[in-house]
Amino acid sequence: MQYEVIIAGFGGQGTLYAGQVLAYGGMDEGRHVTWLPSYGPEMRGGTANCTVVISDDEIGSPTSLHPTAVIAMNLPSLDKYEPMVKSGGWLIVNEDLVNRVPARADINIVMVPANTIAREIGNERAANMVLLGALEANLQILPEGAIEKSLEVNTGGKLKKFVPLNIEAMRRGAEYKL
Amino acid sequence: MAKEMIKGNVAVAEAAVRAGLVSYFGYPITPQTELLEYLSARMPELGRAFVQAESELGAINMVYGAACTGLRTMSSSSSPGVSLMCEGISYIYGTEVPAVLVDVMRGGPGLGNISPSQADYTQVVHGGGHGEYHLIVLAPASVQEAIDLTGEAFYLAEKYRTVVVILMDGFLGQMMEPAVLPPFKPVNMESPDYAVAPKEGREKRFLTSINIDAPTQERLNIRQMSKWEEITRNEVRYQGYYLDDAEYVVVGFGTCGRIALTAVREAREKGIKIGLLRPVSLSPYPTEVLDKLAEQAKGFLVVEMNNGQMLDDVVSIVARRAPVHFYGRMGGMVPYPDEISQAIDEMVNSDAGPELDGRAKWLELMRETIGQGA
Repeated sequence: MQYEVIIAGFGGQGTLYAGQVLAYGGMDEGRHVTWLPSYGPEMRGGTANCTVVISDDEIGSPTSLHPTAVIAMNLPSLDKYEPMVKSGGWLIVNEDLVNRVPARADINIVMVPANTIAREIGNERAANMVLLGALEANLQILPEGAIEKSLEVNTGGKLKKFVPLNIEAMRRGAEYKL
Repeated sequence: MAKEMIKGNVAVAEAAVRAGLVSYFGYPITPQTELLEYLSARMPELGRAFVQAESELGAINMVYGAACTGLRTMSSSSSPGVSLMCEGISYIYGTEVPAVLVDVMRGGPGLGNISPSQADYTQVVHGGGHGEYHLIVLAPASVQEAIDLTGEAFYLAEKYRTVVVILMDGFLGQMMEPAVLPPFKPVNMESPDYAVAPKEGREKRFLTSINIDAPTQERLNIRQMSKWEEITRNEVRYQGYYLDDAEYVVVGFGTCGRIALTAVREAREKGIKIGLLRPVSLSPYPTEVLDKLAEQAKGFLVVEMNNGQMLDDVVSIVARRAPVHFYGRMGGMVPYPDEISQAIDEMVNSDAGPELDGRAKWLELMRETIGQGA
């Protein structure tokens, strides 16, 4: 089984970090994992995305034109990636930063007011983790609790104090299971 | 040993440290900079030498000097920086001292861009600098392979007193994958016999690449060619997938090789008897295995992130026993597996004979589908 996940948004929204959290979770479960950032002469407020592939076998391409799932954290990302999601795949949308509903009828669409939820739990910057929680609740790429455990094990330094917040954010996002 | 999530550039740097790197000299350039940045902290922390030179010219000549002590030394750069280093590489090869160079290729020509590319295959594999020389060139396709080949590179550089290049691209440099780092090797500060290093009571030694006397130079050339012959016999590395019953063969290296693996698996699922040859040593090239495959295969497809540079080598080895198709992207563009799948379908459905000009056919496709700039 192989999952290809693209997480896209503005620079500063934590798309790369959310992808890393997912990738570390996959590694700790013994899966093959690749984490590939978009890189370029980028700046805060520009677009940022990463592709995470999690597989039972050796991973060929670390990119995908038809990802299993996309997390779109803003409107430009929704516009760009909605057409790419594999038929039968998943599109997780940050409802707070888009002004339309996705048009595709052949994929699963999950609308999550991620910024609102993150604000409710005390830090709007956790919107990325709310959406990651919604993704994992619906796709169950890893066993239940695997990402939380990995987050606790692998987070150090300055970020350590955000672990409880990030776990809370993922749990709130998980309530958006279809 | 536990796996760690590591970025390609950092993985190569730490692998070099663990291989016993004594000195590093470099100059920053994207998409290689993390390698140098990491070593700028790591090397001094371990009491080893890190120098950010004034330019790539400075860096490679510092490597030349350090290599003359026979102790483990390296530099790293990206395409335009490696162009500047070519003179120094030729001198190091001519002097027959060991050095490792990492080239994280980017889109070109000229200043180009910082996106991933394989456009320097010809430069690195078939020369670049002046005079006649053959470098050992290793092309990893994953973070783990990059780590393993880094250790290997120092070993080979010393074994043959030559320059070993680790040729990768911005894609692998920036990507993170779980990988296992090797244990620390002890740092060897004992200079080998040929080296110049201060030691009391030792006879004066002289290392140079200058040979004013042509017959002497020619004898040296003969010896270096003999050494290369030995390297081509001993040091070929490649990875094959589904080759045993393959009627069609895809050939790709590095990032492009692993992207092709996805397309080859899909084609296998459709019932196409197809395999993948991923050369790991680009120099020496896995000529023998490709030559054998040319006896059985109905067609080849070479995929690269360039205009068909390895293609020329494959065409020459296949020697018109089967058609050699080509698919490439240039300028820092990376192909999706779907594009390679399409090229595979076209190869399988093609009635082209062994005289096919794969590059001409591909260029026509590029003009139609992508177009040309003003």
